Amino acid sequence: MTTKKHRVLPGFGLSLGYSLVYLSLLVLIPLGGLIARSAQMSLAEFWAIATAERALAAYRVTFGCALLAAIVNAFFGLLVAWVLVRYDFWGKRFVDAFVDLPFALPTAVAGITLTTLYAANGWIGQYVEGVLGYKVAFAPPGIVVALIFIGIPFVVRTVQPVIEDIEPEVEEAAASLGATRAQTFVKVLLPTLFPALLTGFALSFSRAVGEYGSVIFIAGNMPMVSEITPLLIISKLEQYDVAGATVLAVVMLVISFVLLLGINLLQWWAANRHSGRHVDAGVQA
Amino acid sequence: MSIEVRNISKRFGNFVALDNISLEIPTGELVALLGPSGCGKTTLLRIIAGMESSDTGQVLFHGEEATHVHTRERRVGFVFQHYALFRHMTVFENVAFGLRVKPRAERPAEGEIRERVTRLLQLVQLDWLADRYPSQLSGGQRQRIALARALAVEPKVLLLDEPFGALDTQVRKELRRWLRRLHDEMHIASVFVTHDQEEALEVADRVVVMNKGRIEQLGTPDEVYSAPASPFVYRFLGNVNVFRNRVHGQWAEVDRAEQAGKDEALAFVRPHDIEIQRDASPGALSAGVLHVQAIGPLVRVEVEHQGEIFEVELTREQHQALALAAGETVWLRPRNLRVFQGDRMVSAQTFDLGAGI
Repeated sequence: MTTKKHRVLPGFGLSLGYSLVYLSLLVLIPLGGLIARSAQMSLAEFWAIATAERALAAYRVTFGCALLAAIVNAFFGLLVAWVLVRYDFWGKRFVDAFVDLPFALPTAVAGITLTTLYAANGWIGQYVEGVLGYKVAFAPPGIVVALIFIGIPFVVRTVQPVIEDIEPEVEEAAASLGATRAQTFVKVLLPTLFPALLTGFALSFSRAVGEYGSVIFIAGNMPMVSEITPLLIISKLEQYDVAGATVLAVVMLVISFVLLLGINLLQWWAANRHSGRHVDAGVQA
Repeated sequence: MSIEVRNISKRFGNFVALDNISLEIPTGELVALLGPSGCGKTTLLRIIAGMESSDTGQVLFHGEEATHVHTRERRVGFVFQHYALFRHMTVFENVAFGLRVKPRAERPAEGEIRERVTRLLQLVQLDWLADRYPSQLSGGQRQRIALARALAVEPKVLLLDEPFGALDTQVRKELRRWLRRLHDEMHIASVFVTHDQEEALEVADRVVVMNKGRIEQLGTPDEVYSAPASPFVYRFLGNVNVFRNRVHGQWAEVDRAEQAGKDEALAFVRPHDIEIQRDASPGALSAGVLHVQAIGPLVRVEVEHQGEIFEVELTREQHQALALAAGETVWLRPRNLRVFQGDRMVSAQTFDLGAGI
């Protein structure tokens, strides 16, 4: 005799079906179309466009800058989240609200503002360029600056709740066992934060890879030097080279997917390694 | 290693957490800091550990000034109520932590670390859990690991903040006995904080009863229970009956309530220190029996005297001999009582319960 298995939450079939349809409509079908469109050309043609010198340079700029920005964000985002959770200071609520601004601000506004600031005659640019002799706006460093700006809330908002979860007692315990502040951070806090930090890093990175609006204002958009792949796609489209644009899109898609999959696996590994979820947890004595 | 605390005071804003506390704990002694929540016991423990700084006063370890020594150099073993284990480390690595963070010159070799951790895990009888993570352990197991972790660095003093507070009764009892044994093997000074009087009386060599940032009484478990130094200690440790009195020189008289004034005093009697008699005798109080209830080995009798309700505890034999029933009138005779005027104890033994006759 079989008994029907009851779940606490009903409607598994319905909700899964709905999710799949929704995902298909919004994500899978457009992406499928993209691949179908690029599949119309021969492999040699595809390869030629995908590995054109200008395209390769654009990938380098796009992924390199995004990676750099995500690394910087992982570091400073962690710092900002830490300060927001652990210290009380005047205006903390405002700072907390400021963190979300890059989410809301139109990216073009961000791009124009940053360009104005970092241009050779801008508030910051005149010192960086004039005194240090380092060109930011209209050069790759400008792209990184813009990507840092739009990416930082992702790190702060993913790490913040995890820091809130860490009991101060854990740090006190480490101190009473003779650990220095640095040892406590490296051996106790960082491992606990690592999965969340990785998530924040991945979000910030993927946001940066796809960013267009703010970058085109500050980048200078010189082919081979500071031209990002999204811009290259747009310019191909403007020349009615739809096939070429699709090829670049597919390449970006594949690279992004592989990188994100890698990060996700790493994350899954980091989260599972210590929770012991993979072993039977029913040990009670 | 002895601990000495001299004239420690601590405020949090307007709240006085500790008010001029002085305390000495010799090596080998297990001391309980006992009091209601908010009495300052945890703050005192944290000041001894160096996790909190006092506004005034000194902390001395073995006669040496340690007030401004950082926690990590005090060599205290600290055990938290909620364990505070490192959740991303195995049980083994948790215990080994204190050894691994030592400066390179002092750090034992890997083999020795392994040996010491294994020995500690055997000591807490959990060596079979070495490869598990804290999330896979029960509360009692976690606390034993936390203790093993604290002992790994060979602390000079062991401090425990409500160590059994989050555990259920059965495990608690077992761990209490076990802590006592462990302490006796280590020859260090240990201090533990608790709000559970039974725990303090059962485990500690000496009990420090605290209230509102001050020490109310310091003594052996027997002293604080049978000879409480203040009404607070009486009320906090076990059940007690309170009779209102007026004091005339050496004599106190029970409740002539309307005259109560500055000479009013309170007499405290434990429920098991009241004798119930069938017949009137000089100095006994008349009372009506309200309720008789058997609780385990004891029989609790609720009686009423002049509108106030008192509790008497009888043994089963006493109860069988008396055969009390609700509604009867009986006579109460306290065997052991202490009279306080305000916080001051007066004429402890000479007492005339004339009002009853």
